[in-house]
Amino acid sequence: MRYLPLSDTNRQEMLQAIGVKSVKDLFKDVPAQAFVDELVNLPNQKSELEVERIMAGYANQNRAAGDGPFFLGAGCYNHHVPASVDYIIQRSEFLTAYTPYQPEIAQGTLQVIFEFQSMIAALTGQDIANASMYDGATSTTEAALMAQRVTRRRHIKLHGALHPDYKEVLESYMRNFGDVDIAEGVPTEQDACVIVQVPDFYGNIHTLESLRKQCDETGALLIIVVTEIVSLGLLPAPKIADVVCGEAQSIGNAMNYGGPHLGFFAAKEKYLRQLPGRLCGETVDADGKRGFVLTLNTREQHIRREKATSNICTNQGLCALAFTVHMALLGEEGFKRLARINHAKACELADALEKVKGVKLLNKTFFNELTIELPKPAQGIVEALVDENVIAGYAVANKLILAVTEMTTTADIEHLIQSLEAVL
Amino acid sequence: MMDAIGSQRALNYDVKLLWEYPQADAPAVDFEEPSSFKNRTGQSVRETIGLAQLKEPTVVRHFVRLSTKNYGIDNGFFPLGSCTMKHNPRLNEKTARMAGFAHIHPEQPVETVQGALALMYDLQKTLGEVTGLPAVSLAPAAGAHGELAGMMVIRRAHEAAGNTHKTVVLCPDSAHGTNPATAVTCGYTVRTIDTKGTGRLTVEAFKEALGDGKDVAGMMVTNPNTCGLFEREILEIVDLLHKAGGYFYCDGANFNALVGSIRPGDFGVDVMHLNLHKTFSTPHGGGGPGCGPICVTNELAAFLPVPHVVKQDDETYALERHRDTSLGRMKGFHGQFGMVVRAMTYILSHGADGLKQVSQDAVLSANYILSQLKSLYHVPYEGPCMHECLLTDKRQKEKGVTTLDIAKGLVEYGIHPMTVYFPLTASGAMLIEPTETESKEEIDRFIAIMKMFAQKVEAGDTDIFHEWPVSAPRRRLDEVKAAREPKLKYAK
Repeated sequence: MRYLPLSDTNRQEMLQAIGVKSVKDLFKDVPAQAFVDELVNLPNQKSELEVERIMAGYANQNRAAGDGPFFLGAGCYNHHVPASVDYIIQRSEFLTAYTPYQPEIAQGTLQVIFEFQSMIAALTGQDIANASMYDGATSTTEAALMAQRVTRRRHIKLHGALHPDYKEVLESYMRNFGDVDIAEGVPTEQDACVIVQVPDFYGNIHTLESLRKQCDETGALLIIVVTEIVSLGLLPAPKIADVVCGEAQSIGNAMNYGGPHLGFFAAKEKYLRQLPGRLCGETVDADGKRGFVLTLNTREQHIRREKATSNICTNQGLCALAFTVHMALLGEEGFKRLARINHAKACELADALEKVKGVKLLNKTFFNELTIELPKPAQGIVEALVDENVIAGYAVANKLILAVTEMTTTADIEHLIQSLEAVL
Repeated sequence: MMDAIGSQRALNYDVKLLWEYPQADAPAVDFEEPSSFKNRTGQSVRETIGLAQLKEPTVVRHFVRLSTKNYGIDNGFFPLGSCTMKHNPRLNEKTARMAGFAHIHPEQPVETVQGALALMYDLQKTLGEVTGLPAVSLAPAAGAHGELAGMMVIRRAHEAAGNTHKTVVLCPDSAHGTNPATAVTCGYTVRTIDTKGTGRLTVEAFKEALGDGKDVAGMMVTNPNTCGLFEREILEIVDLLHKAGGYFYCDGANFNALVGSIRPGDFGVDVMHLNLHKTFSTPHGGGGPGCGPICVTNELAAFLPVPHVVKQDDETYALERHRDTSLGRMKGFHGQFGMVVRAMTYILSHGADGLKQVSQDAVLSANYILSQLKSLYHVPYEGPCMHECLLTDKRQKEKGVTTLDIAKGLVEYGIHPMTVYFPLTASGAMLIEPTETESKEEIDRFIAIMKMFAQKVEAGDTDIFHEWPVSAPRRRLDEVKAAREPKLKYAK
């Protein structure tokens, strides 16, 4: 087998050195009933070429975003990733490294995390950011758990439309703690936090000053969720939040059928010691040279065990690297321009849709995603549009949520409009 | 003049932060400005963000130079115990980047993603086969996330049976920190099983922690355990646990010792997570992404997370998005699909025969290391070990050399250190996991270095241990300063 370097001679030498006759003797503590003779439903080893053919067989049954017009968003976006990004993240030293627990030989990973934290803090207008989270949904739930720790309150308010997956994850976790109310509305003195997605699931952009005031009056934390991080290149920094968390897949990372993506978590400095996840900090080495280490890990499970701020053990290191490289390539001006392009495309889409008979644009405001109302259930329309080679959007009853990015061309929008007119 | 020359020599680079280079007048990405721009956001347009701005050659060189300051499994031996740093085949990376995997959206109509669903379904089946636990969810994002999902399965099962008095989870004192942290995140309290320095669970110690068992929801045990030993009294312990109405959660971090040879479902496990980034070779990526599928008995299948891939009567695949008994959703969309592609690629490469050889070679290599070092280092618990062996610094510490010094010595000699100071139950622990993808030559070099260290200590030649590393990109770092004066982002 090509991944196993030991030869039979090696194996014999090693057994002899150990002083046993066969490998079986090393498994003597395992009860006999647990051994398998044969894994019946698994074939034997295959060559690289054979495996590649089988995997291509699976891949070729899927319709990729580049195969035609594509308008799905809903927390996962089809953006352009510069060639350098994938080249850098496949550098062996990044790809095959472990968590940087030995900082003398992990300064590459550590400095990248430090730069990632700096970028996220700048984008969100917050004081601090961690080394990343599993995804936007779990990051939002961790924010709510942190709010519960900070305020010593249980209940949670939602303001406006939160991504349904994010809400479901929040509900699953909170079920572990009995009577936690998760309800729509404004925060009261019983609530740990209010969670608001900007732009919301339907693409609307809320003004948050009054919500901030209600939080100040009641002591609830204001958690702002961002599922499309490119929006932060055009919208004002959400400085008024206590926590800004969400999904950063849009920069550097492919859609990957939903994962791996890149959760992020930023907050005000006063919550530093209650933060979930890893943090990287600057320090010096024995020669006084600048270096970086994982720090403040007395919050974490490997030190604090049952008293940890979270059970989380990993971050999304490689996805955070992809983000950091892509963001470095975009730079200050490039990122803002990318946001303007996305918004301009959405304006183009909005104008085109408003001319279609029977279609009503529901958004007064939007960034790169918007919702229309159709005269009939949207799911049927989405399915009919598949036959026109259009991936149309996310259906909710008679509503259809569509997203555009810099990948969307004017021809794509024209194709959508013609197909929509044909199936309506 | 000197500033312009800097301290770079040969391949030893000085790497600034992105913000510290002379900034470029335009970005590296050259999108065209939109021909017209109307602001329909209802907000004022953002002004300054605070990002750096550089051209492509500077950015590429920045990250390539940073990469040279990192050590990965492609660089050399990485015997990090319980972390299974095995070779990460590049074929996995190639397949994961096929357009039909990388560029599909989780909310596409199912008829346009039948290949992705078939792949997930087939991996569910395969993981069920290798664990002997047939019901599988690919939703959890990482090992600790899998632990949480698995414990939530147990919680929902008890709730469904009306067992609300079961509020306690048993964890041995040698458990991974994630186990007790997970039990608490799942709303349970933890009662510790005191292994009393034996390195193993005993029926006696278990009974003590179990008490009358009425309040016990389950136990979280890693097997092989964190000392690298197979729990030889496990059948009797599980029997007692099951009689008390508790479930056995097995932490699958050490599944590399068992894969293809031994099925946890056949030694009484009810729920288990697997780390695809350990046993199934998906890259660790400097700390993630991981992937932590859970495998459970048929009895517990109803409680698995949604969404779940099912095969329908007409042979097409669908996503089950709602099930009344399900614990609910653990993650946005359908899990870390990209890792699922890589793991499937690996499993197909090895096949049933290859996977069996994986666990056998992993166990053989660990025992070989143990056999060569046991006369020079303290071995706290008698073997044979499984896929990792545990030593301590007891003998070296008497001469002033600790596990930390030995670890930094390995850094100096170009080997990534073993896991240090874990498990907590063995003072000065060094947990060594070679994996099956190391050649005998690499293993013998490690053994020779460890022997040389022991001999140096024995001869009183210890000063250098406190200096190491001297050849790494950085010397020992001041972690106290980092924690006392937190500096967590770039500031001008």
